[in-house]
Amino acid sequence: MAARHKSVETKYMEDRDAVLRGLRGLDRRTFLKVLAATTGAVMAKSLMPPHSFQLVEVANAAPDKTASAAGMAGKPPFTFAYVSDTHLYQRTLNQRFVRAAVKAVDDVNALDPQPDFVLFGGDLAQLGRREELDLGMQILAELKAPVKMMVGEHDWFYDLGDAWQEMFGPPNYSFDWKGVHVVVLMSVHEKDFWTARKMTPAQRMRTVAGLDNGIQSRFEVGDDERKWLSADLAKVPHTTPLLVFSHSPLYKYYRNWNFWTDDAEQVQAILKPYQHVTVIHGHTHQMLYNQIGNISFYGLLSTAWPWPYAPTGLPPLTIQMNRADPFDQFDGLGDGRIDVRADGLADKIYSLWDRNPVTVKADYLVSHGKIARPPAPQFPSY
Amino acid sequence: MTRRSIALVTAAGCAAIFAALVHAPRLRAQPAPPLPVHQVPDSKNGGTVVMLCDGKTSVEVKDLKPGQSMTHAQAVAVTRELMAQWQREHPNEKWEMAQTGQPSQPLPAPSAASGADAAAKATGAKPLSKGTQQGDTYASFTDRDYKVWKDQTDNFVAEGNQLFHDGAALGGTIGVSCDMCHPDASNTHPETYPKYQVQLQRVALLRDMIDWCIENPVKGKALAPNDTRLRALEAYILAQRKGVPLDYGKH
Repeated sequence: MAARHKSVETKYMEDRDAVLRGLRGLDRRTFLKVLAATTGAVMAKSLMPPHSFQLVEVANAAPDKTASAAGMAGKPPFTFAYVSDTHLYQRTLNQRFVRAAVKAVDDVNALDPQPDFVLFGGDLAQLGRREELDLGMQILAELKAPVKMMVGEHDWFYDLGDAWQEMFGPPNYSFDWKGVHVVVLMSVHEKDFWTARKMTPAQRMRTVAGLDNGIQSRFEVGDDERKWLSADLAKVPHTTPLLVFSHSPLYKYYRNWNFWTDDAEQVQAILKPYQHVTVIHGHTHQMLYNQIGNISFYGLLSTAWPWPYAPTGLPPLTIQMNRADPFDQFDGLGDGRIDVRADGLADKIYSLWDRNPVTVKADYLVSHGKIARPPAPQFPSY
Repeated sequence: MTRRSIALVTAAGCAAIFAALVHAPRLRAQPAPPLPVHQVPDSKNGGTVVMLCDGKTSVEVKDLKPGQSMTHAQAVAVTRELMAQWQREHPNEKWEMAQTGQPSQPLPAPSAASGADAAAKATGAKPLSKGTQQGDTYASFTDRDYKVWKDQTDNFVAEGNQLFHDGAALGGTIGVSCDMCHPDASNTHPETYPKYQVQLQRVALLRDMIDWCIENPVKGKALAPNDTRLRALEAYILAQRKGVPLDYGKH
């Protein structure tokens, strides 16, 4: 199914890639002529956001030059892509979310060059059922690049992780990639709210699946895993860039909706000695970024549905995305790409479906908003 | 009945009401009950019977056949007659004209034997405050009345809350419920309706958008305007925006 289906975006990307490939054979003079003509055409269609795909693609077309320009020593830059929060029901119940997940896989497969790996950001399933996870695994198996899995609360609270761990292994792990130390956390542990209420596994799962019920506990990494993290980092020098994946944001955004990790400060303290730390998280289904001390945070897009910004607690550096069009299933959703620079900082490209992509550069966050400000939307939240 | 047993019965009654509120039955697909209608008596002389808004006082306009309109002079005469009749039947009361803004005349305190007074004593309700009188609709209610109304309203909102979190109860077929995209009814902005909804190509009310969502993302069937479930959803969504200024037409 994935191999046959091609989204509008994929076709557009392929067409444009073909043009770019053709351009590489041109001499400088002809190239400038073509560039002027295409720029004119693009501007006429008002497809030129302040930070467009074009800039990023130029960087990709000449990775060696970008690297030397940034004064990077030794470590090669790399790119990884993501798909997140697919929230799949069983195939017979809901095709809507299946279509969206397949579309994301298709998009990532169209990336050229292919990313080093694809992060799945958690919430593969909606109600933690084995059939849902199976379906998700089948869809993700279509990805050409290797997949790194992260768990979300929707994957976990039916059987407390049994099926997920059987399929994908331990929920927290680490690995080294091109000079960067990568840590995947399980950040959605909850204190037991179900035993005293005599909940069935399905009731427990449904409670966690809702954002606004106030019954469930707050997410946490927990004592054991924080100890594991400290031990894991003990052998990593403080100059090594860190890339941390967590499903919930590792800071406190909005408690009522569990846009929140209860022991966020304690985890941040463990990460504090490192020069460059990037935390990539799922769960919030919106463009969201933050900077706390040395740590840059990026929230991932969902493929299933977008969430409104919470009424309070939005990080000041986040520029809200335009509110989603409810009449367009794919609006406000998408997938994306993260370009890890040789210095270990990460630029992030939100590949929004049915909209122009938005790049959030690491420079914007580490400068606390002084430079490289992403475009502001026309229609922020009500 | 001793004082103690009255207290016990009252407490038991309150508990029963509370239990009924907490365990509200799930709303089924049914139209809302009809609003009360004043029963106008049949005409005795083949004319048209006109009733005062108290729902009791009426006069018959003899020369007016059904379907005919009154002249202005006739209408004035009829209203005078209705008011005169009401005053004859309520010799000690004053008709409150809400529009005039005139202060109402205090009445003598109701007699100790009156039913209302006895009921007030039994429920601990306060007697009518100074400056109000019988027949003054809004002044004659007790704190207990307000409490009952509030409970009824909150109960309706709670039913809407339940439906908002239960796609199947709305006839949804793909497991999608309202709260999945709108936690705490966020981003529903009921205060912005009516407004021109570009995607619908017409001016929309909040209920049009609710129905649109039920038909499309939820994959159910649109609810009729009088469906109790639609009314409860509206109640819940509006209740979440208490205090937000109305701003119709806002985009």
